[in-house]
Amino acid sequence: MTIAPINKPMPLNRAGLSHNAVFWIGFCAVMALLIVAPLVLPEFWRRFLTEVLIWGLLAMSSDLLIGYTGMISFGHSAFFGLGMYGAAAALLLVSPPNLWLAIGFGLAGAAGAALFVAYFSTRLRDIYFAITTLIFSQIFYVIIFTWTPVTGGENGLIFTRPHFTIPFLYDVRFTTSSVHWFVLAVVAASYLILRRVTRSPFGMVLQSIRENEARTRAIGYPVERYKIVSVMLSGLFAGLAGVLYAIQNEFAAPDFVYFLISGDTVIFNVMGGIGTLVGPIVGAGFFQLLRELMSRLFGDQFPYLIPLGLIFIVMIIFLPQGLLGFARRWLNR
Amino acid sequence: MDAVAHFFQSIPYDQLVIQTMNGIVTGMILALVASGLTLIFGIMDVVNFAHGELFMLGAYIGVLVLASTGSFWLALIIASLMVAILGAALQIVTLRPLLGRDPLNTILVTFGLSLVLQNYALWQFGPSSRKINEPITSHFVLFYLEYPWYRILIAVLSAMIIGGFWLFLKYGKYGVWIRATTQDRVMAQAMGIPVPWVHTGVFAIGAAMAAASGVLFGPLVGVNHTMGLDWVLKAFIVVVVGGMGNLAGSVAAAIFISLLESYASIWMSPAQAVIVSFVVLILTLLFRPTGLFVPTPK
Repeated sequence: MTIAPINKPMPLNRAGLSHNAVFWIGFCAVMALLIVAPLVLPEFWRRFLTEVLIWGLLAMSSDLLIGYTGMISFGHSAFFGLGMYGAAAALLLVSPPNLWLAIGFGLAGAAGAALFVAYFSTRLRDIYFAITTLIFSQIFYVIIFTWTPVTGGENGLIFTRPHFTIPFLYDVRFTTSSVHWFVLAVVAASYLILRRVTRSPFGMVLQSIRENEARTRAIGYPVERYKIVSVMLSGLFAGLAGVLYAIQNEFAAPDFVYFLISGDTVIFNVMGGIGTLVGPIVGAGFFQLLRELMSRLFGDQFPYLIPLGLIFIVMIIFLPQGLLGFARRWLNR
Repeated sequence: MDAVAHFFQSIPYDQLVIQTMNGIVTGMILALVASGLTLIFGIMDVVNFAHGELFMLGAYIGVLVLASTGSFWLALIIASLMVAILGAALQIVTLRPLLGRDPLNTILVTFGLSLVLQNYALWQFGPSSRKINEPITSHFVLFYLEYPWYRILIAVLSAMIIGGFWLFLKYGKYGVWIRATTQDRVMAQAMGIPVPWVHTGVFAIGAAMAAASGVLFGPLVGVNHTMGLDWVLKAFIVVVVGGMGNLAGSVAAAIFISLLESYASIWMSPAQAVIVSFVVLILTLLFRPTGLFVPTPK
């Protein structure tokens, strides 16, 4: 890193608290709510909330690309799915199934996929990048779908949930609440890491690539290398989301490598607000809530993606900052 | 030498000929889809994610018109016209407000459109696939196979549509407008060309071409709501391999990739043969990221 970030004092808001203090107060409040949630919510909504967090992590990982590096990935399902199948491999091959091994395997799978995608796709910009990530995710889908002896093909793989262990110290069976807390801990940690990354000099370079790639290159940054690292990082967190999903639902299926998941991820981002990290989680919650609401009101067969797609289109045209950006602007008024 | 001779004997020549025919036929259809896509991209920097869905809707409208009138040719024309009107409407409502914004917004909007259209088709027509009957049922004998004349007809028709369109671009008044807008949007506007309407028109033409290929291709496979995504993916590969915005390159790439996939399907299942086109894409990205069928950039 050749250029040090400019250290400006944090601007103060009206109440006299620094942005940082406001952030940590908000963070702790939301965390407290999410920690208490499984104790008060019924079983269905407990699982629902956990899933929203997992989708939120996936969306947040893709926000690193969309919102910060300025590259839209339509291939995040590949990382998510490889994370899932990696976890499945660890849980099926090693006995007794080990949680940390599952995470390790999942991350390794996602990292492999991400390296492959990053190496080829980052040669192209903008729209070309979006298309090639989509096509590469389809490669993984085709391989997983047709390689039945290993991946179970269309049926996928079924396994049992590992125990929660701290090596040599602690070993306990997961319940729906403790899965929730575990997922929450992982998602919160990922959020803090990603927040730190986007505010680091590295993150600043990513944002300058978004703003003006040619100039960033002219200044002397190896743009391709930065892009590859950002795709890898994003892929790792997407893989982590896949592992969590596998652990929560105890299966891995090719549907989760399919393009639709990537599409949903992009929708979460746009709905919540790109470039905000929290926004995509809000977007995921909003999306899943609307979906649940519609299937309760109009029955299971209702094509919920028609109204959601229309909302999505309207939001891109009229509300490109997403829900969170809109709320922020409204609060600042 | 024995091994070499054995290798040459083991090549199934009859299958090669058949697969060459199949490859050219699907290649021409693919070229028809991809040329609409590359045209829309070339003129307004819009990657039309919903292109496959326009293809699919064309096929469905073809099914409906064929069921009510019984004429395949009427179905072809009505489907193209209706999808052209739909495309123009979609362009005016969703893409026009985005003119001048980051081009990435347009891929998001067209993705949203494809989602809505695909789910609409699923909701309206159900998950089971429909059949379009071939207008010509006669066959000719090719080795041990009865090869349908209809497939040859598809290839010829697609070539005619693409050729006609090329002539229109080259000599027609509005074709000149389109080429001028592709070259320099601002200058074209200054010369009095109604650029927004040229955009709408091009989108409509691209949509009509997609719909026409949907109807033509309908008899070969069933018509269902997921056919759009498969085709748009293939068309994307073709457009990248052929060089974005390059009509002749797309046609060449479409035939090239379809031929390779047909040959590959001699030895593997069609689901796996798709991997061949992925490999072509990867190699293109590695060695010629600007496209295989374009002159080397200086």
